[in-house]
Amino acid sequence: MSLVPIATTDNAENHRNIIKPDRVRRSFSVPAPSFTLPLLVAAASIGVWELAVTFSDNDLLPGPALVVKGIIELIRKGLLAKYIVASLFRVTWGFALSVLVGVPFGLFLGWFRPAYQAFNPLIQLLRPISPIAWIPLAILWFGVSDAAPIFLIFLAGVFPITVSAAAAVRNIQTVYIRAARNFGLSRLALFRKVILPAAAPQIITGIRIALGVAWLVVVAAEMIAVNSGLGYLIIDARNAGKRYDLVVAGMIVIGLIGLGLDLLISRLERFEQIRWGSSHR
Amino acid sequence: MNQQNICMNNEIDRPEDSVASVPAIVVRGLWSSYPGRRKGTTIDVLEGVDMETARGEFACIVGPSGCGKTTLLNTIAGFLEATRGEVLVEGRRVVGPDPKRIFIFQEGGVFPWLTVRDNVGFGLGELQRSERDSIIQHYIDMVGLTGFESSYPRELSGGMRQRVEIARALAANPEILYMDEPFGALDYFTRYKMRADLIRIWEVERKTILFVTHDIDEALQLADRIIVMNRRPARVATVVEVDAPRPRDLDSSEYLGLRHRIFAAMGMNHP
Repeated sequence: MSLVPIATTDNAENHRNIIKPDRVRRSFSVPAPSFTLPLLVAAASIGVWELAVTFSDNDLLPGPALVVKGIIELIRKGLLAKYIVASLFRVTWGFALSVLVGVPFGLFLGWFRPAYQAFNPLIQLLRPISPIAWIPLAILWFGVSDAAPIFLIFLAGVFPITVSAAAAVRNIQTVYIRAARNFGLSRLALFRKVILPAAAPQIITGIRIALGVAWLVVVAAEMIAVNSGLGYLIIDARNAGKRYDLVVAGMIVIGLIGLGLDLLISRLERFEQIRWGSSHR
Repeated sequence: MNQQNICMNNEIDRPEDSVASVPAIVVRGLWSSYPGRRKGTTIDVLEGVDMETARGEFACIVGPSGCGKTTLLNTIAGFLEATRGEVLVEGRRVVGPDPKRIFIFQEGGVFPWLTVRDNVGFGLGELQRSERDSIIQHYIDMVGLTGFESSYPRELSGGMRQRVEIARALAANPEILYMDEPFGALDYFTRYKMRADLIRIWEVERKTILFVTHDIDEALQLADRIIVMNRRPARVATVVEVDAPRPRDLDSSEYLGLRHRIFAAMGMNHP
């Protein structure tokens, strides 16, 4: 699981370079290249893939043309849209729950030192357990339904979000708290006007990592706990006739949607109220 | 304490102004200690500091690094608790920070998630929109940031960010400004300009200012009263009063003499 944050961060960097922010006045940003370079790299990879399949002369991996045909077949049958919606539905609910629980809980832990000391060991113990390991219990508790994968996605997201929100509050610079106290803010105002905005950039980072993990987990959960969604598509294509073209088609779609989700959430980091967090850390 | 009046312009001492003679800040026998690495030991940062400043006065605390001047200012401002002794501001014992006394930090005190306008308006209470806007604009103009109202701090230079912080402090209309090496992180020319602007602002606003610096020339340029601290023991070595109009020409012989005295009081030989 530790690979996930790194992967998303890399995406973040690419993204920043691809799309030029509208307002770069007096800021030190790299001159933004266009989409050209990433598209070239993608095209070259597809070329290498095609060549490798042609020259190896076996069916260990379907070629790009076959995979595109597979995607078109899935679209014609109406399965692709149906499965994407099913997967996204689960991710949306599981992820929303983990944000709704993780952010307030993390803020609470970050602000009250005794609570942090009390809960942190438990969180650190539960966090490294892969959500996949929870699948048997999830099926036992929720049966074969949407609730099982939603629960697993919630588990996958809630820990990184809680941990990053708690760390965000603990890392707030003393000078901001002192300045706020100096102006005589009430506890509520201190929280709303200083704690929350000061912690926001790091919380957003945690949310972004959590969304990446959630998307990983939904696919895994769907392979076991339900009978729809992109994960189910992959396992079903293999079981019902060794259709590896559809397996790879499913993988490509999963990758594309993951990329799309990350681009979507990284837009949050471009708000002026958030951006200071990435340039001054 | 060795207190001396230096009258630079050969005038007779000016008549005691009733407002100026009221002490704004009184520090008596202030100790500040924290537990050392080894059990039972304590490290004393301040060892019985006594000082006072008058209302409306510009006072500087100077001293070698590590003499506890920042600790002293933080204690006077109410951010740190004294181990022993007391701090009285306007006759009242300080128990915590207060909006009537605003602290200006060395660096990074402005909120990076707010625009210049919202930073400057941060300390304003419930006010009518138009009144609020006019106060904010007044202080933005005063510190010379007109045109940058909608900028975010990261788009500004270090000097401009300190100007935002000064405007934010002034907009809250405090009686006292505490400044902890506010220009310490700035380059030479910016610092020079900031000092001149601070004097201009102080001459308009007439707030009591307590300003910490390690730069003796800065203190000589700014202060009515220079409180010189020692490193061992960490307490006030001497107080120098500078009664001379500003801007001051630090190359004149009187200032050379004063500079020597301050160096000597700090326990250092003038280079």
